Amino acid sequence: MSEDRSALAHQFHSLEQQFEASRLGMWLFLATEVMFFGGVFTALSVYHSSYARIFDEASRHLDLTLGAINTAVLISSSFTMAMAVRSVQLGERRRLGGYLAATIALGSLFLAIKFTEYFHKFEEHLVPGLHFSYPGPEAPRAQLFFSFYFTLTGLHALHMVIGVGILLVLLGGAAQGRYSSLYHSPVELSGLYWHFVDIVWIFIFPLLYLPGLRH
Amino acid sequence: MSGNVVPKGTYLLVYLSLLGLTLFTTGAAFLNLGPLNPLVALTIAVSEAVRVLLFFMHVRTSDRLVWVFAAAGFLWLAILMSLTLSDVLTRGWQRFLL
Repeated sequence: MSEDRSALAHQFHSLEQQFEASRLGMWLFLATEVMFFGGVFTALSVYHSSYARIFDEASRHLDLTLGAINTAVLISSSFTMAMAVRSVQLGERRRLGGYLAATIALGSLFLAIKFTEYFHKFEEHLVPGLHFSYPGPEAPRAQLFFSFYFTLTGLHALHMVIGVGILLVLLGGAAQGRYSSLYHSPVELSGLYWHFVDIVWIFIFPLLYLPGLRH
Repeated sequence: MSGNVVPKGTYLLVYLSLLGLTLFTTGAAFLNLGPLNPLVALTIAVSEAVRVLLFFMHVRTSDRLVWVFAAAGFLWLAILMSLTLSDVLTRGWQRFLL
């Protein structure tokens, strides 16, 4: 019970109430994140409605294989994150550390693959503003598509970098035995953030990588 | 403290279904379904997102206040998109710019 009391801030009646308050705060933050990414997705759909043909053609220059692998990597990281939360709920501290480390590894792998894709785009002169070159008279519209590509995937990658940082802090906390079956709000709330970032990618992948594939 | 612990098998099932849906949406993108292509892709994406929300993010076992907060973000996004697109898509610009 001493552990119980040390985690309870004085303005709350119980750990249960404290957890529910912080969880609600996290969901409020995630609602603002939905609007944040939603604005870019709305802008993409507006421009796609006007420039559908050239946007779809430009999307063929994205690397489908790496994009699909990254989707699988990110979904796997969400699974290991869910298992990390489950482990701490059950008080399995060693497993918590293992699943957190696996999630960090998968998140870093995602970022490494993303960086490889960016590097290829740089080599192919498909980065807007940096010697952008695209064959045909519709190059400016193709550049617009790649602006959306870099904005959406860049903001997403930024969220991933922040997420990996948060997980590293959690891993440190787990190593010190800071979380238990009674108190694990930081693990659970970071999980919510990580899964949200996964959902953003679940929409980025079909909207950016897939439209140009049909024949 | 945070309600019921979800069985390992449930997480595994959700995980495998997400991988399967990713394969499915990628495969469907190669077929020419005309205007149905984006509809199919978005339907699968929404189905995947709902799985993550309900199971990985524990919305299914959370109290109703969490449901309201989670739904609020998507409701306002729906307002943003529907009002914006109802304007843009009814101006008849698309035909000239294709």
